[in-house]
Amino acid sequence: MTAALTVPVPETSTTTLIVNGAAHTTTARTLAQWVEAQGLAGDTLATAVNGAFVPRAQRAQSLLAEGDAIVTFQPIEGG
Amino acid sequence: MTTPMTASARDWEAERSAQVKEEPAKRAGDTEQSALPPRLPPATTWEIGGRTLTSRFLLGTAGYPSPAILQQAIAASGTQVVTVGLRRQLAQGTPASADGDFFGIIKATGAHLLPNTAGCRTAREAITLAQMARELFDTTWIKLEVVGDEHTLQPDPFELVDAARQLVKEGFDVFPYCTDDLVSCQRLLDAGCKILMPWGAPIGSGQGLVNPGALRILRARLPDVPLIVDAGIGSPADAVQAMELGLDGVLLNTAVAKALNPVRMARAFGLGIQAGRLAFEAGVMAQQDMAVASTPVAGHPILL
Repeated sequence: MTAALTVPVPETSTTTLIVNGAAHTTTARTLAQWVEAQGLAGDTLATAVNGAFVPRAQRAQSLLAEGDAIVTFQPIEGG
Repeated sequence: MTTPMTASARDWEAERSAQVKEEPAKRAGDTEQSALPPRLPPATTWEIGGRTLTSRFLLGTAGYPSPAILQQAIAASGTQVVTVGLRRQLAQGTPASADGDFFGIIKATGAHLLPNTAGCRTAREAITLAQMARELFDTTWIKLEVVGDEHTLQPDPFELVDAARQLVKEGFDVFPYCTDDLVSCQRLLDAGCKILMPWGAPIGSGQGLVNPGALRILRARLPDVPLIVDAGIGSPADAVQAMELGLDGVLLNTAVAKALNPVRMARAFGLGIQAGRLAFEAGVMAQQDMAVASTPVAGHPILL
């Protein structure tokens, strides 16, 4: 009977984020996991959560919460 | 005692020789009079953001007909610094632009990257974008743009100073895109900027230097600050004018990207900027109201 109580929280619980202005549902728990889930190498984009820059090295510690706003920037031509 | 004829000839020789040797020196001020070896690139080197450069031409990478033409234009320009941007997007794979492997092409040129904060309206936005640019492009250089008016894209001097102060504290080499107003330029220097990039005219307008007097004042009052004219240049003549004023460099994009032949225009600007710099170093002669005969016959009337 105690065994039933130790079942871990399912890893598949989802979080709804706002990514570049649009709603986005993910199972990722951290920003690093989210970037990986997009199929992108970590160094091809820069990230911010709720308006604050999150450096590449801190993405693994950046926990995602319901309603967080993520923006991603990538290199383009410029003047 | 020498014969009158010989003395006269000698005096004339001496006089002519003195004219030839002294006049350029007077015009150019206290400059070195050494001859240039033939075909040697004339430009002196300069330092900016911790780098020593020979080219004084900074080129933008936006709006070219194709990535291949961009690549050829960069090569033809002789530039050592190219500007790049960031866009809020989430593109899959390495090529991060609709143009294909834009970033790969830029990296392959070997030019120093100068990322911009185009599109920012507040210091807060510009600071965050600069932090992203530093990580993405692996450089502390940032072309700081904070726009205060939608129609002219005029820099907002107040937000610009706030953003510059913060970014300098964070270790950035801030290249502020600013107006030609002397006092706001001095405030940017107070904030820790080591370089200024005053506009020539509104971005993309091709109007040339709309206020050369203001640029002349900036040069005179800030003699030791690298000044780069950024934006508004239309033709190579505008770039020559900027360099003859004694500014240290020229940054432009549209004038090359939107030329009928961007590669040739890139070369034209490269040559113009070299010519303008060399002219500044040589010392342009003073203008005269009346004719001044160049053939030395004055005092020797020809009576046929």
